[in-house]
Amino acid sequence: MTTTGRSVSIWFFIGLSLLVNGVIILGAGIYEIAHPPEFPVVLFQLHASVWWGALLTLLGGFYCWHYRPSAGSD
Amino acid sequence: MTLAFAALTSNSLVHLSPVDTAIIAFYFLLVLAIGFYLKGRANTGEDFFMAGREMTAWVAGLSFLSANLGALELMGWAGSAYQYGILATHWYWIGAIPAMLFLALVMMPFYYISKTHSVPGYLKLRFGEPSRALSAISFAFMTVLMSGVNMFAMAKVMQIVLGWDINFSIWVSSLTVAVYVTLGGLRSAIFNEVLQFFLIWAGALLIPILGLYEAGGWSHLKVLITQRASEQYVHLWAGLGSFSNNPMGIHWTGIVFGLGAVISMGYWTTDFLVVQRILAAKDMRSAEMAPIIGAGFKMLVPIIVVLPGLLGLGVLPMKLVPESVATVTHGYSYNDVLPLMLARYCGPGLLGLGITALIAGFMSGMAGNVSAFTTVWTYDIYRPLINSKGSDHHYVNMGRWTTVIGVLISVGTAYLVMRSASIMDYVQALFSFFIAPLFGTVILGMLWKRATGPGGFWGLLCGTLSSVSMWAWVKVDPTALRYVALSPDAKALAQDMYQALWSFLVCVIVTVVVSLATKPIPDIQLKGLVYGQTEIPPIEDVPLYKKPVFWAGVAGAVFVVLNIIFW
Repeated sequence: MTTTGRSVSIWFFIGLSLLVNGVIILGAGIYEIAHPPEFPVVLFQLHASVWWGALLTLLGGFYCWHYRPSAGSD
Repeated sequence: MTLAFAALTSNSLVHLSPVDTAIIAFYFLLVLAIGFYLKGRANTGEDFFMAGREMTAWVAGLSFLSANLGALELMGWAGSAYQYGILATHWYWIGAIPAMLFLALVMMPFYYISKTHSVPGYLKLRFGEPSRALSAISFAFMTVLMSGVNMFAMAKVMQIVLGWDINFSIWVSSLTVAVYVTLGGLRSAIFNEVLQFFLIWAGALLIPILGLYEAGGWSHLKVLITQRASEQYVHLWAGLGSFSNNPMGIHWTGIVFGLGAVISMGYWTTDFLVVQRILAAKDMRSAEMAPIIGAGFKMLVPIIVVLPGLLGLGVLPMKLVPESVATVTHGYSYNDVLPLMLARYCGPGLLGLGITALIAGFMSGMAGNVSAFTTVWTYDIYRPLINSKGSDHHYVNMGRWTTVIGVLISVGTAYLVMRSASIMDYVQALFSFFIAPLFGTVILGMLWKRATGPGGFWGLLCGTLSSVSMWAWVKVDPTALRYVALSPDAKALAQDMYQALWSFLVCVIVTVVVSLATKPIPDIQLKGLVYGQTEIPPIEDVPLYKKPVFWAGVAGAVFVVLNIIFW
């Protein structure tokens, strides 16, 4: 699950990507609940942005924490 | 960045919000940051071209798969699923899984033990310089064309979906790829491919989830598709008993022998674009596990590619048409189905992630082509044919310059591809030209010790020429399809399947005949290259569940069950 050497793990970069995207999407989803769009997408009532954004945030957060550079796990 | 994008946006299928733009911008920043971060780890030839041969099975396996998740995978096959129904899944299952498992268990040991840098490099060791030169030059030619196809497809989808200027898309994506591959070499390409693999799933998985919810589940989706198209659109094998009883106009023999036994074997086991990722594995077990891991995820890819196409057929209010018709009527083409589904379900943020997934897929394909091209040019064309006395540093510099030049050639190719009526037919034709005969040469080289240098060379050359000849024959005289593809009802994809099969057979026959007529290679020279002359080092003493053969068996069983379920 790692690459090699004393470098930042690839999984950390992946976690960072999922975390940042998840936070942005979650925020956008919450904003849309407060300010519903004029032309909502199909199945807007499911608020996919909120739960998908939350899922990505959790997954990304876990990867960032588990493979953080200081943890010594490459 | 938002203003720049807005200025480029005109008529488009969707409009990005600032949130979407931020997600796309973050992706570009992250891939460039990875490239800069890895710059210090690409100083030697082994680092730059082979990523130090230190990738784990998971990294190599996901990269192996992701390098193939390019433009055609995401957009083209979703469109093909709309056009041909679930038959498109064959390109992911029988058209990939057996070949990946075969690569892992049978071919990988020879590639890995020979310590070759590339597939043409293996041909040099096995058959001599002429075979290497032929395959390296044809591969380099095919690779830049493929890269151009990727670029064009990306620019096209950005134009349709976002209204971006096609030139802007081509240049931004190609320059980004050029920067991160030039800086970090293969390692940078592999890191970004794994990142892109996750982004593709994160950005595309919502479409089938929400689509199935809207359609009322898989059973109801099948009813919708049957009403709108025909029952054969939801069967993998049931309609393949005759050429005229399925949307693709193909017989099961074309799928099994043309696609499963030749094209996919050729692509997944000899196309250096994907094999290069496995050669970067840190040890033999990782090299064998990587394609098996890739196979496991490959079986899932239809969920984010084929299923959206089928959902489009079931739920979209408009009817999609071929590209040529859409151009005239200003309607939507088959290739638009994935962006249309994305726009249907994804609001701000999710839309940005979906678009990022598309861009990531396009760029991973491009980066894969460029890094493979760079290695083959430097190691298999430049070093043996032009300058064999350079230092390692010189070849690394050559690799960096070749990356830039390869990207520029690809950009030129993208502009050429704009004139082509059908992206898919174009690429499939290329596969048939080069890949099928190459598989014949490599597999005979690995498994038949009597194959000789002249046999390998002439087999490869004749196989390639036969494929080009068949393609040209049908172009000049379309009625020739009844001979090449065994049926006048055959569609373009069916033609490619049979063309590959015949060119493979030509390659094998010529190789065998010429080999038997020429002097055998002494056994001592075949050590480490041919079955029977190579001692395969045993995998270390690990439990059964860690052995490649165990997981290959699991993947094979799942493959069989899936085919039965969707029969």
